[in-house]
Formats: sequence, structure tokens, C-alpha cells
Amino acid sequence: MPETRFDKAQLLEWLQAVKDPEIPTISLIDLGVVRGVEIDAATGNVAVHLTPTFAGCPAMDYMKRDVERTLLAHGVPAVEVTISLREAWTSDMISEAGRAALRQHKLSPPPVLGNRVLDLDFLEYAECPNCHGHNTELRTPFGATLCRAVHHCHDCRQLFEQFKPV
Amino acid sequence: MDPKLDLLYRLADDQLILGHRNSEWNGLGPILEEDIAFSSMAQDKLGHSLQLYGLLHGLGEAEPDTVAFTRNAPQFHCCQLVELPIGEYDFSLTRHFLFDHAELLRFEALAASSYEPLAQVARKLRGELKYHALHANTWVKRLGTATDEAIERMQAALNFTLPYALGIFETTAAEPEIISSGLFIGEAELKSRWLESIAKVFRQTALEMPDVQTLAPALGGRRGEHTGFLQPLLDEMAEVFRLDPTADW
Repeated sequence: MPETRFDKAQLLEWLQAVKDPEIPTISLIDLGVVRGVEIDAATGNVAVHLTPTFAGCPAMDYMKRDVERTLLAHGVPAVEVTISLREAWTSDMISEAGRAALRQHKLSPPPVLGNRVLDLDFLEYAECPNCHGHNTELRTPFGATLCRAVHHCHDCRQLFEQFKPV
Repeated sequence: MDPKLDLLYRLADDQLILGHRNSEWNGLGPILEEDIAFSSMAQDKLGHSLQLYGLLHGLGEAEPDTVAFTRNAPQFHCCQLVELPIGEYDFSLTRHFLFDHAELLRFEALAASSYEPLAQVARKLRGELKYHALHANTWVKRLGTATDEAIERMQAALNFTLPYALGIFETTAAEPEIISSGLFIGEAELKSRWLESIAKVFRQTALEMPDVQTLAPALGGRRGEHTGFLQPLLDEMAEVFRLDPTADW
């Protein structure tokens, strides 16, 4: 039986290095895309479960590949990555560290929804990542990628992107 | 046909075909933001169709690519609304508004489907569809309260598109079982929710909702009877795939 040199905490630490392919400041773990990590005690093989932020996200194949490469490079004997909607992603799954990472990339993090309904007020609200003002307006719900909306800040008069709440 | 397959094919084919039509705005939008919006919605809808074809694959149907790219028009179950050419922006916007209001309400209802894999997909898609409805509402309200020309064009587009939109709710022989098994609330209930939902938006504009009782819905799509516009679209969509169906792209 091969000796397993890593535990789950170690795997999660390694996975922190796997970033969103289009937002290099945020890890897949902080984005909430990694929904489960399991180690087979007998073989040391690892199963990682991912869920897409948006159903049509074209970056999923890259994320899958990056997870596999990273863990294999650390000596995990075999990695199986599955992708499903079993647990549908919501923007509340972005961690506090993830929200800070989005701000660092000048992306406004989505407001925390909690038990509230995703209504128009929610979709239209965003905090400006440049001046942190709230006097902002949704310009278009579709931006450079499926997960981004474009807002305008009336205080600093800049357009900015927001990671959409869903 | 099995009620699950019957329902899933209708849902998936609507998404695939409207997704491709929306993508035809890529590079042609009246303003850059609309070019991007229609292209983004196209990407969303192709993603949604992939999820639904994936469910069909899980029920024993062929691979998603095979199902999407190797059938001909009579084997498609989309409504005729989604296959019409993009036309002018007023028509594409009106189609998008009428279709996505129905779609949002449909997937909100499907989130409680007795078929759990479909309910899971619906719980994901409904959040994304809110953005589609929000986008459509914004522009219908803006153009529906703008200049005389804008209002006239939007009204003409609505009058033209509405009979096709009523075809969304065409039922099949499986409808009673779809409802009784708790798969879905049914097309009649969806249509009544939809009429309320679109009326709320029209009341904020100068647009008048025609009396739907007097309109003949464009039926047939759900049983494979399509307009002449679908087959050329399918041929174009599958042109590259059919060069080498076994290629790994």
C-alpha cells in the first residue's frame, strides 16, 4: 500500500495556487468553484469536484486541467476531476479572501445575498472598486465574460466591472 | 415519447436554436453593448442547452454533440419562434423579451420538478436567466417610451412576434403525464404566469398588448413541423462538425 504523504489540508493548500484563468488574483477555492476534495485512503488517489460559476462558462476545461496538473506535480498518484451542478454555485460561495482578491483585480465583488431574493435591486447594486462609492449605476448586465456586468460610478466617473451576483 | 425525454428535448432545442440565432448579432449589434449582450446570451443559452442535452444523455440518448449536430429539422422540438432569422433589432429584442420572460418563469417552476437532476439544473439556470429578463426589460422600457418611430417599430414587432411566442406553450401528448408526475407545472399554467409578467412591463410603456384570444398561435414546432428557416440554420451550424464527426476539437 503506498504511503499517503498528504492530507486534505495539504491538498487545499496546494489548490490555493490554482487561480481562475481569467482573474489571476482569486483561487478556485476562494471563488467557491471547488466543492469537494476526497482522498482514497487505499491508493492515495484524489477526487476533486468542481461546479461552474455560470453554466456556459468556457473556462471549465482549463480549470480542470490546472487542478490536475497542480496536484500531479505535487506527487498525487492520480487525480479525477468531476464537474456537475449537483450543488449549484451562487455568488455567496465566494469567500472573504476571495472578495478581497476580486477588489485587488479592480472587480467589484457581488453583494452577499443571504436569505434575500435575487431581485432587481440586487442586480443593479455595486460598490465602486476604485473609490468605494455606492453612487453607481448598472450600465449593462453583460460584460467581457459571462460572470461580469458593467457599472458606472457617478462619484469618480469611471466605468468598472462587477463579478455578477447569482 | 417518455414524458422526461419529451420535455427535455423541447427545452434543450429551444436553447440551442435561439442561442445560435443570438450569436448572429456578433459584430452587428446597433451599439457595442448590445453586440456583447446578445453574444453573451448566446453563450449562456448554448451552455444551458449543453446541460439539458447532458441530462438526455444520462437517460440513454446520444452524446450532446451528436444530438445537436446530426438531426434534421423534423427531429427538432423547438418552437417556431426561436428559429426565425434575427431580422431587425426590434424583432430580435421583442423575441428575446417574450421568450426569456417565459424561460425565467419556466425554470423557476422547474426548480421544484419531481425529477431531481432537472431541478438541479433549473436552480442554476434561473439565476442566470434573471439577467436575460433584466436586459430585455431595460430595452423594451427604454424603446417603448422613446420616440414615435421607436414606439411604432416596437409595437409592429410585438404584433408580428406574439403569435409565434404563443407557440412556446404548444403542448404534446405527454402533457397530462408531465403535470401529474410533478415534472413540470404545465404549459397552460406557465402561459398564464407569462401573460401577467409581460403585461407588467408593457404597462410601463406606450406599447399595447394585443388581445391574445384573437391570435392564432404558430403551432407545430413541438412535433417537428418548422418554418423553412430552421433547416438552413442547422446545415450552417453543423457544417464543420459534419466534415469529420469523429474529430476531437
